[in-house]
Formats: sequence, structure tokens, C-alpha cells
Amino acid sequence: MHRHTKVLSSVMGVAALLVSALVGTSSASAASGALAPYDAKHAGGTVTLVAQAAAGTLDPKVNYTAEYWQLYQATYDGLLTFSYGTGATTFQVVPDLAEALPTSSNGGKTLTFKLRTGIKFSDGKPVTVADVKASFERIFKVSSPTAGSFYNGIVGADVCLKTPTTCKLDKGVVVNAATNSVVINLVAADETILSKLAVPHAVINPASAPSKDAGTTIIPTTGAYMYKSYDPNKSLVMVRNPYYKEWSHAAQPQGYPDQILYKFGITPTAQVTAVENNQANWAYDPIPADRLNEIGTKYASQVHVNPLTAMWYLPMNVNIAPFNNLKARQAVNYAIDRAAMVKIFGGTQLAGPVCSFLPPNFPGHVDYCGYTKGATPAKPATAWAAPDLALAKSLVKASGTAGQAVGIVVSDDDVNKQMGVYLQSVLTSIGYKATVKPISGNIQFTYIQNSKNKVQISVTQWYQDYPAASDFLDVLLGCASFTPNSDSSINMSGYCNKALDAKMATAKTLGLTDPAAANKMWGAIDQQVMADAPVAVVFTPKQLDFISSGSKNYLFSLQYKMFVDQLQVK
Amino acid sequence: MALKDSSEAIFSESPGKIALRILRKDKRAKISLSILGVIIFMSFMAPVYSHYVADSNPFESSLNATINVHGVEKPVLEPSTTGLGLGVTPIGPTWNPRSYFLGADGQGRDVMARLLYGGRSTLLIGTTAGLLCILFSLLIGIVAGYRRGWVDAVLSRILDIIWAFPVYLLAISLSVVLLTSGLTIGFIHLGPGSFALPILIIGVVYIPYVARPIRAQVLALREREFVRAAIGTGAKTSTIIFREILPNVMPSVVVFIPIIVSLSMLTESALSFLSIGVQPPAASWGTIINDGLALLYTRPMVGLAPGIMIVLTAAALNLYGDAVRDALDPKSRARGD
Repeated sequence: MHRHTKVLSSVMGVAALLVSALVGTSSASAASGALAPYDAKHAGGTVTLVAQAAAGTLDPKVNYTAEYWQLYQATYDGLLTFSYGTGATTFQVVPDLAEALPTSSNGGKTLTFKLRTGIKFSDGKPVTVADVKASFERIFKVSSPTAGSFYNGIVGADVCLKTPTTCKLDKGVVVNAATNSVVINLVAADETILSKLAVPHAVINPASAPSKDAGTTIIPTTGAYMYKSYDPNKSLVMVRNPYYKEWSHAAQPQGYPDQILYKFGITPTAQVTAVENNQANWAYDPIPADRLNEIGTKYASQVHVNPLTAMWYLPMNVNIAPFNNLKARQAVNYAIDRAAMVKIFGGTQLAGPVCSFLPPNFPGHVDYCGYTKGATPAKPATAWAAPDLALAKSLVKASGTAGQAVGIVVSDDDVNKQMGVYLQSVLTSIGYKATVKPISGNIQFTYIQNSKNKVQISVTQWYQDYPAASDFLDVLLGCASFTPNSDSSINMSGYCNKALDAKMATAKTLGLTDPAAANKMWGAIDQQVMADAPVAVVFTPKQLDFISSGSKNYLFSLQYKMFVDQLQVK
Repeated sequence: MALKDSSEAIFSESPGKIALRILRKDKRAKISLSILGVIIFMSFMAPVYSHYVADSNPFESSLNATINVHGVEKPVLEPSTTGLGLGVTPIGPTWNPRSYFLGADGQGRDVMARLLYGGRSTLLIGTTAGLLCILFSLLIGIVAGYRRGWVDAVLSRILDIIWAFPVYLLAISLSVVLLTSGLTIGFIHLGPGSFALPILIIGVVYIPYVARPIRAQVLALREREFVRAAIGTGAKTSTIIFREILPNVMPSVVVFIPIIVSLSMLTESALSFLSIGVQPPAASWGTIINDGLALLYTRPMVGLAPGIMIVLTAAALNLYGDAVRDALDPKSRARGD
């Protein structure tokens, strides 16, 4: 039991750190970040959301996009979830379909939940422990993108990963219908398991849900809303779930609109115009650069800017020339003008330059920069100040890689392309023959992961899945995250430092008992990783939400961005 | 008497000379050639303008550059200072040739300098692709029309296959495929950023549109008495083609040249606009319009200026094409058009 308290306190510790770090408030005010009581007089109406494109499959166990994870909060439920509310409260893991946070035993390797009773899916069938077990098996059957990284610690997961179609987690997820209990057995204690159980890939679907990606087929929901129709070329319609009855105001509160209509195929600039004209309540895509000033002046009261725990960065392939040379990678880090790239993104109100791998105000983050004028990785400054082109040129010369061809692979949207063009200019100025290779945003993210494509350097982004340092350092730069010749190799640099990997494993174990010490260790790992410079971190973006004048009760989740179901249009 | 002089003059001159004489007097030809001349001159003076007048590198990002406007030092990319301070806007046209005459683009580069360099690319690719297309079309049309039989059947089916694809769809498909890894034919390798790629792609996709009318004309010419007579006297094939066929096909070819060059230029701009033609940091009018698309609300000149240049060049080429056609067409001369 003592151990259980420790396990839970590590998660709560992370949340507490974020309370003070992200919003600069005390824990007392974090408590005040709870969701306000439901106000029935504002219920009704249709919330219209607009986006350029749909985000693919609607299957919550397969989809890995911010666009739909935002919607899953109001539709699907897991045993646990991230809390509704404001500020750092939204990083807190709370019980959802489970009655309470799990009890932990066996050194943190066994988690015991009790499933709530009386909850029904949107097709009227009750949620049972059999659905819970089937849902965990379904993670592997549908080859969920995080099956191998988040849930590979469940007993039996190794077999499921090898033979997904016949996945059985009889020892990993043990259920008892009589007591309504669910026991999850882990191979080893995991400090971030509660966060992993709170993300959409761990939601509970009916046991009858298809054993493959459901695509556009609608899977019954448990939340306040269900999906009525989905046409990726046209729209997604969400309506109230007739079988929903609020069981936890923090986990799955009643929503305000009667219907949520998501329209697709609308260009970003048309989205802005639609919101300005009250034809839509919210625009999904980033506001085009030439509309920012307009909305920031004429519609300032409708604009909300929030911090994100995310980063824009440049993975450099450490296994092929020229970036298999440390000096070449460090040269890029010194050469890039992070302030200039912030300008391309929209200015200092929307992003801040950084050098560290862990974003500011994130667990383990340390204010340091080894790649700014006058600093070195061994003697870092506290923040990035200016590029050092002279040093970058000398490093390129010393590396013997000057004159080599470098292809910069970027997504073909406007901002990414502009970033690519800027990088091309910088890399040319320090001695490379650089070219920009813009490719469709639909494939760029997977293309740059596959080592077969021999991508030398690219521009990409990472948004946290859950608030823990391991979600950045271990997931993005751990040896296990590099799979040669695979589209699913999130360690795009192909960087593998066994010594640092061992340190990361130690930090994860330490996090179970002493989160503060673990975060200190993560901070040190961050600096050691950046001394090797497998990536160049550029800036931390902020989330800009533009809502219509007729929309009220804007609430922002640090985990899933705006709560669409809490928007009031009446 | 005047009519008699004129008739005598016509009968004493070759058709080419007559057409040239008529063309020299044609107002449309004069206007269009003047416009084209100015555009070509300006475009090929791009390095001079960029280096000696504007003193800016149009291929290098200048995100932190500043300029002096009426004694005030201003950033080329101006952060918003009103409202919430969101966004960064490139400086607009200063109308000062020495400093951002047409303003800056999103990378802080001089739009005027890029416009001139873009003209070089667009005109070079358009003209070369157009001429390449005409050359291959002429070759295919003459061989197919003169040889007939299986040679004609094979060449015509190849043309049919190319023709079956909409021009832009074919050009886009080829560009997308070839831009990734370039093109290697034997020992020749065209890199992904090479101008030769769009030239080749555009040159190929328009071949059926020129080769088929030429083939039809050659088929008809082959049955004409003077060709049959040449064949009957045992003249060599090459002699017949160069002395009998080619001179009679050339007027049509000459009319095709400005039209195909104009179409090639438009196609190049379209491909570059779609990011599958000229690759950054090189400029073409299409890439500049693409750059301007993101600045349509705040700096419309970035997209507007190359658009105007494309319209002017295409209109001038088409106008010149009309004048050439009329000059070479005896029927229109007889009509007094």
C-alpha cells in the first residue's frame, strides 16, 4: 500500500510541478482550476468547427492526431482520463470509467481498478469488464501506433505485438465480472502508466468493436456525445449520447451544445473569415500569417493564446553524411537563427526560441542553451540569444563536410515550406549545397521516419502525449524508438546512445519513488543529449484559438486544447 | 498601276519575305514585340539590378534585415505592434528602385529582384520547352506522315497515349515523380532541382498537340504532285523532306512557335506555383505567386506583380502569334485582314 501511494504520488507530483510551472499558480489555485458547475440555461445549439481536412480514421485506438484527440475527450472514456477544468488541472489524471485511481501492489507492477456500474454505450449496451479486457487486446489487434511504446509493458503484450490478430491478455488484464474488478499486470513498474491509461488509445470500446481499424465506421461511445455521421470529405457530426448520464464532472461532464458539426474542406483563410462572420465557432488550422495582425487587432477579444508543451525541431540523421559528424550537427545548432524562425511562425507572441529538448515549464526542463553566441555545450548560457555563424562555418570546415549536398525535407504547407527555405539559406551560407524538398503533409511525418528514405535533415514538431520527460527524451531519442527502414520509427535521427539509454531507464525507475530527483536526472540527460546534437531544437509554439463572437465559455486543456463540448452558443 | 506593282512585287518575293514584310507593318506585331522585348531585357538584367541597383541577394533569406525609409530604420519583416501584437508583416512596396521597390516576401527578400530573376527562369524554361516540343513534333510529324504504314501507326499510337492524359495532369504526375530523385538517362543525370526537368516535362506533354497537325499536313503534302514528281524522279528521301516537305510545313510551325512557347510558359508557372516546377530558392513567376498567396491579405503585390508579368507575356506572345499567322496565310492576305 505504501508503494501504491508512491506510485500515485509520482503522477500527482508531476501534475503539481506543472501547476506551478505552466500557469505560475500555487496548488491552491490549481484546485480552483476545476470545471465550473453545469449551467443548463446555456445548453443547446450547434457548435460548428471548421478544418481544411479530416484527420483520417475515427477509430480512437488508431487515430494519433491532435485534431481528433480533442474530440475523443467528449465521446470516449478510459478507466482513467485527463481532467476537465482549466490550467494545470487539465494535466491531472482522474478516474473515469474506473471508480477511483487504481490501487497498486507487487512493487507497482499490479494495478487494480473497480469499474463503475450503470454506464452504457451509445447503443444502449452496458459497459462490462469484458469490454475492458477486449479493449486492451484491441490496442494490439488494430496495431495502435502506441501499442509498442505505451502498452508493451502489460504482461503478454510481447506476444500480442508479434501476433496481433490473436492477441490475448489473459494474464495482463485480469477481469472479474462478479466484483467488477480489472487488474492490470505489468512486466515492470512504470511511472507514467496512469498517463498512458488516460490517453485515447486506452479508451474502452464495446467487445464487439472490429478487430481492425474501424476507419469511418462509428464505434459506440460512452461519453456525453456520440458520432452521428462521418464523411472525411465533408463533415463529422456529433450529437448527444441518449444513454449518457454524468458520473464524474471532472472526467466526463455534461456538454453544452446539442450538436457539434465539424466541417472539412475549408481553407485556413476561409476558416478565419467564417469565424469572423459567425458562420463557424472555431477554426482548427493555424491562422494564416497574413491574417494574424487582423484578428489580433480587430478581433482581439475572440483570440486566446495558450502555452503548449511542444517543440519545433530539426532531426538530423546521425547515420549518414554529413550529419554523421558531430561537428556538422553542432554547426547547424549554432547557425540557425531561432528568432528568425519564430518570425516565420508568427512572431514572439506565438512562439519562443529554445535550445533544450524538454520544453520550458515541462518536468525536467532546465534553462540552458549550449548553442548560442558565446556559449558551448560544456559552458551553456541560460537562454538562446543569437546565432554564431562564424563558429558554425568553422565547425563545418573542421568537420570536412563542407560542400556536401544536404536535402531538407519539409511538409508542403506554407509555414513549413518557409522554414525549409530559410534553412536552405542558412545551410548554404555555412558551406553546404542545400536543397529544400517539400512533400505532402499527409506523408511527410512518416517519410522522414523511414531511414530507407535517407533523409538528412527535416523540420518537424512534437506535442506531448502526456506530461513526463520520458515522452520527449525516451520516446524521441531512445534506442528502442529507432526501427530501421520503418515508417514508424519516431527517433528520426536514428540516434542511439546506449549509456544515455541506461540513464533514461534509471530516471524512469527513480520517478516511481522520487519524481523530483528523477526530473533533475532528466534535465541532465537533456543536456547530454544536446551535446551530441542529434537534433536542433528551434522553438516552443503556443496555441492560438480564434473563436466567434457568439461563442462563450472558452476553456483550454493543456492536454487536449479547447474543450469543444464546453463551448456555449446559447 | 499600284495594284500591278504590288502583284509584281509579290510574285518576285519568296513567301517568307512577303510574310516578314507584312509582319513589319503589323501594329499587333510591333506592340507585342515591344512588350516582349522590354520583359526579356528586364529579366536578363536581373543580376545587374540585384547587384548594382537594389544591392540585395534575392536567393538569401533576410529575416532580420532593416531598411531606411525616409530616414527611419525599419525592419524588413515588421512585427505587429497593434492589438495583441500577433504576426509579422513584410515591408510593402517602397517604389524606390534602390530598396525593396515592390516590397519584401515572407523571407525578407526583395520582390522586384526575384521578379526579374523569376522572369529569366520562366522565359528560359518556356522558350526552351516550347522549342524542344516543336523540334520533336516536327521530327515525329514528318517521319510518321511521310513513312506512313507501321511507322505512322506506332508513332501515332504513342501520341494518342500522351494525348489521352490531360496536359496538366500528365505534367504534374511527371513532375512529382521526377522531382524526388531526378532523371537518369544513360550517363545523363538531371538532378531534382535542375531546370532541365521542367523543360523536358513541358516539352514532352505538348508534343501531340503540334505533331498531329504536322503529320496530317505531311500526309496531304505527300500526295501532292510536286512531291510525287520528286519521288518519281528518284530523289533521295532526305532531299524530298528538306526541299519539298519542310518548306511547306514551316509556315505552320512558325505559327505554332509563339503559341506553344506561351503555353509552355504558363505550364511552367503552374507547376512552379504547385511547388513541382522551379525549386526554391530559385525563383520563377509561378513560385513568386505561390509565395504571394500567403501574403494576399497584407502584401498583395507579391502575388500580383508576377501575375501581371505572366498575363503581359502570354498576351504578347498570343498577339504576335496571330500576327504571324495572318502574315503567313495567303487567304487572310487576300481578304485584306
